[in-house]
Amino acid sequence: MGNHFFDKATMPAGQDRVDGRAKVTGTARFAAEHPVPELTYGVLVCSTITKGHIKSLDTKAAEKAAGVLAVLSHLNSPKVPGFDPPKPANKDEKPRAWDGLKVFYSDKIYFNGQPIAVVVADTYERALYAATLVKAEYIKEPHQTDFNANIKQAASPKGGGDDYTRGEANAWKKAPVTLEAEYIVPFEVHNPMELHAIIAVWEAEDKITVYDKTQGPKDTQQSIMQAFNLPEKNVQVVTEYVGGAFGSALRTWPHEIAAMLAAKKVNKPVKLVLGRDNMFTLVGYRPYTIQKIGLGATEDGKLTGITHTAISQTSSYEEFTEGAVGVSKFLYACPNVNTSYKLIPLDIGTPTWMRGPGEATGCFALESALDELSYKLNIDPVELRLRNYAETDPQRNLPWSSKYLKECYQMGAEKIGWFQRNRNPRSMQEDGMLVGYGMSTGVFGAFRWNATAKGIFHADGTLTVQSAVSDMGPGTSTSMVNIASEAFGLPHDKIKFELGSSSLPPGPTQGGSGTTSTLGSAVHEVCVELTNQLKQLALSAGNSPFKNAKPEGLAVENGNVLLVADRNIKMSYVDILKQHNKPELEFMKESNAGEEQKKYSMYSYSVHFTKLHVHPSTGVITIKKVVTAGDAGKIVSEKTARSQMIGGVTGGIGMALTEEGIIDHRYGRYVNNNLADYHVPVNADVPEIEALFVNRPDPYLNPMGAKGMGEIALIGYAASVANAVYHATGKRIRDLPITLDKIIS
Amino acid sequence: MIPFEYIRPSGQKAALDAIAKDASAQFIAGGTNLVDLMKKGVVSPQKLIDIGKLPLKEIKEANTGLHIGALALNSDVAENEIVKTKYSLLSQALYAGASAQLRNMATVGGNIMQRTRCTYFYDTTMPCNKRKPGSGCGALKGYNRMHAIFGASENCIAVHPSDMCVALTALNATILVSNNKGERKIPFGEFHRLPGDHPETDNTLQKGELITAIIIPENNLQHSCYLKIRDRASYAFALVSVAAALEIADGKTKDVRLAMGGVAHKPWRLTDAEKFLKGKPATENNFQQAAQIAIKGAKGYGNNNFKIKLASAAITEALNKAAGKA
Ligand SMILES: Cc1cc2nc3c(=O)[nH]c(=O)nc-3n(C[C@H](O)[C@H](O)[C@H](O)COP(=O)(O)OP(=O)(O)OC[C@H]3O[C@@H](n4cnc5c(N)ncnc54)[C@H](O)[C@@H]3O)c2cc1C
Repeated sequence: MGNHFFDKATMPAGQDRVDGRAKVTGTARFAAEHPVPELTYGVLVCSTITKGHIKSLDTKAAEKAAGVLAVLSHLNSPKVPGFDPPKPANKDEKPRAWDGLKVFYSDKIYFNGQPIAVVVADTYERALYAATLVKAEYIKEPHQTDFNANIKQAASPKGGGDDYTRGEANAWKKAPVTLEAEYIVPFEVHNPMELHAIIAVWEAEDKITVYDKTQGPKDTQQSIMQAFNLPEKNVQVVTEYVGGAFGSALRTWPHEIAAMLAAKKVNKPVKLVLGRDNMFTLVGYRPYTIQKIGLGATEDGKLTGITHTAISQTSSYEEFTEGAVGVSKFLYACPNVNTSYKLIPLDIGTPTWMRGPGEATGCFALESALDELSYKLNIDPVELRLRNYAETDPQRNLPWSSKYLKECYQMGAEKIGWFQRNRNPRSMQEDGMLVGYGMSTGVFGAFRWNATAKGIFHADGTLTVQSAVSDMGPGTSTSMVNIASEAFGLPHDKIKFELGSSSLPPGPTQGGSGTTSTLGSAVHEVCVELTNQLKQLALSAGNSPFKNAKPEGLAVENGNVLLVADRNIKMSYVDILKQHNKPELEFMKESNAGEEQKKYSMYSYSVHFTKLHVHPSTGVITIKKVVTAGDAGKIVSEKTARSQMIGGVTGGIGMALTEEGIIDHRYGRYVNNNLADYHVPVNADVPEIEALFVNRPDPYLNPMGAKGMGEIALIGYAASVANAVYHATGKRIRDLPITLDKIIS
Repeated sequence: MIPFEYIRPSGQKAALDAIAKDASAQFIAGGTNLVDLMKKGVVSPQKLIDIGKLPLKEIKEANTGLHIGALALNSDVAENEIVKTKYSLLSQALYAGASAQLRNMATVGGNIMQRTRCTYFYDTTMPCNKRKPGSGCGALKGYNRMHAIFGASENCIAVHPSDMCVALTALNATILVSNNKGERKIPFGEFHRLPGDHPETDNTLQKGELITAIIIPENNLQHSCYLKIRDRASYAFALVSVAAALEIADGKTKDVRLAMGGVAHKPWRLTDAEKFLKGKPATENNFQQAAQIAIKGAKGYGNNNFKIKLASAAITEALNKAAGKA
């Protein structure tokens, strides 16, 4: 056995991750790892009741403990101006209300695990110890954390539901073949490996720098400006590396404000790192959702009606909604569709987007239901989907910008040997195990928002590209270097992408699978403009080799401007700068989507195929092989794209088989708030995952033709497992995760 | 974490004297369980006596059987050639436990002494008779997927989480313990307790006593299987586990050992099922009957009801595997 792992020949093709070395050698600096002089340490004290008031808070012992600098709570916290915004002078203007929990604001308890104090000490251990000395007494009120016990409270969101009707409502009921079923997605917790962390440093009374785990340095900057009423230039957010987030770092959470308040109070930098238990209560989660699907079809498998309703939950103090039922409006060509979406407020923290967000929840239901229908119709599940293929967007009545979903079905089916299987449930065996094959579709919007990028070409022949974005793991820097390399005509190793600071040109928040499309467009446009300038400069240079040439007659390649008609005639970028006596060439641009957004519907697609084994008597499920085929437009970074799909499917395996946050409703507390009891899949749960891409550019979305892929890697995946479990066992499991007790019961 | 004193004596006598002197002191070996419990505030010893320097790491064959020092690492025992060939059940059980990193730190003594993973035991805001006698059992009417189906009481339905101990029970091991006055031997099956009215007491080790070794008698159990069923493929505690070992002669079970993990407050020996199988042909049918006998008297508490059916399936499967029939 050779050193297989590092054998270049067996590695997938494509550009290496530009930050790979820094990450595996430990030189990459994550939020909590920034060396800051005079650092002190904050540890949160959290509520042990679920609803009520703090009657008294005894902080004396903690304050007296060795090394303690302060104990902060609602009793003595500095004010957060943003929590109580002044009424605008103009009566018509609404004050900008604070979203989310106002930390240390009052004695009110909204959920178990809510921060009620922060202890600051000179060492982490001392702060940790002193935190155990803070004693709270409460006035308890009855709490509600049990979704099912409160289902009658479900109501349309104040901010607008997802009530939608196309054609006739509930038309499925009249169809010759019908299916109605209910599906449950439980609480799921993001649980990235890196704990949420912040170091808050007040540089002056009204000037702050934070080293923070965030998916959006600019968003976090805005929140801090709002909270402390500070001008943009006085708030600096640094987030060089992020160790996974999956959505948990999409917004500013109470612990971040708590750290800033603590730093203000002790007048020293404060570092605050959440414990794993806090990761369950303080940084969001995928909301518990019950969905009902009704499907109606003709005997030959044409959908005539889809009804998709969802009841989800939010916190008692804030409304969170996501697009769980949205997928049913456009994924299949169906004349009659109606949806609704309701919420139950519960006494737990506010949920947030978790990878694939609502679409992952929605596709589990819709794609399970379609599988169920396929058996009723006796039509192959792939064939059923093809019979209802939407050639245009039935929701918006628009053409797709691009859609290669058919290709995905075909590529994936071939690779896993879909059509060789015996379609009947519980019909296949292998090594004494029941064998199941399942498939499902995933879909997510292909977005493009605003972003600004700056490119600086230096006299030494290197290019720096900058934007205030963060990379939670997908490999944004690598993709941006690839895009810049192609657009600017310079090898990868001469390009550096700088990110992770709010002081850079404003970039998008990393979420909604939109970074590559959004920021990539800005990078592309900046690079193209720089090459245009270089061409102009090349033409006007004293020693220009391009006599009488026009800019259109020039091309760029490998650091040179060259003549298209005779590619041997060229001038290097470095030489061009030298001839013009320029130390560097710089260009910054804001890039926006245009009218194309109104003319086309834009989506990315995935098709997941799973082969698994189920033990006939113990119900143990082992996933044997996964093939996931994606239509994500042009693939701008092969290796990170493949990793993205593998990571998404791995998250999907967790969603399907192992992940569930469990609350003991008597106490309103999580009972599995650690990584030993909340099971994310380990290597042994994850088989070979083959990621295939159609790899054809979208002609309209953006100049690269790249669509997003972070979400589609996970969306729908859980249904492929549920469908394979049904195929293996004849048992349909509609509530996630599919643990073995549900199989053997 | 609450401040504590820490000493690291180099000899056994010094360690035993230190613990005899200080009622609140506690031994620490690999620390993989104790440190977590201290971080969570479940236990707060004022003094830790690190036994890492004591010469108790040896694994050697003696005429009484295999002698394994209490400080032998879980990984060293699992990888040991003698263990792998003659006591394969133990090796299999160890490999099924925790993760490679943990096994590299965890010791045999610490593994025996590890405490339950019951969530109510770990969360100091919840009731737990084991942690705080008289406070009630949070799991009884709470979330009890991981909990006992055998030998529980109204006071406690927690399980002993070890894999290693299940194999050692089946292999009729003996635990060697010392205090500063002398030494005694405890049969493995008598070491851990059932909760009864005193769930706060996990086992029969007395204050001031140190586990120094375990001894496993020789055996002819050439067929064995440790089957662990859990919520993910690795790095999870057992929902149920089965240690099955057979001596088969002329198609008949001459000797048989059966024990389960994840089902009781102690490693659960299935003596009635063993009796049934002894002398009978090693057939799947007999294995199934043995499994039915084994689960007699099992009781679920809600979330863990499935364990009864699972236990019987797992016993059959483990016996089949051991006998080479699966
Ligand atoms: C995430 C996680 C997963 C795990 N999964 C599994 C699993 O799947 N299966 C499994 O079996 N185990 C599992 N474990 C538990 C692991 O096996 C134990 O933590 C380990 O065996 C304890 O050994 P230690 O040497 O680290 O003990 P320590 O933590 O040092 O001590 C534990 C206790 O034993 C006492 N002690 C230690 N040595 C002696 C001695 N010689 N005499 C008297 N008392 C002594 C200590 O005082 C303490 O009370 C897991 C642990 C973790 C953290």
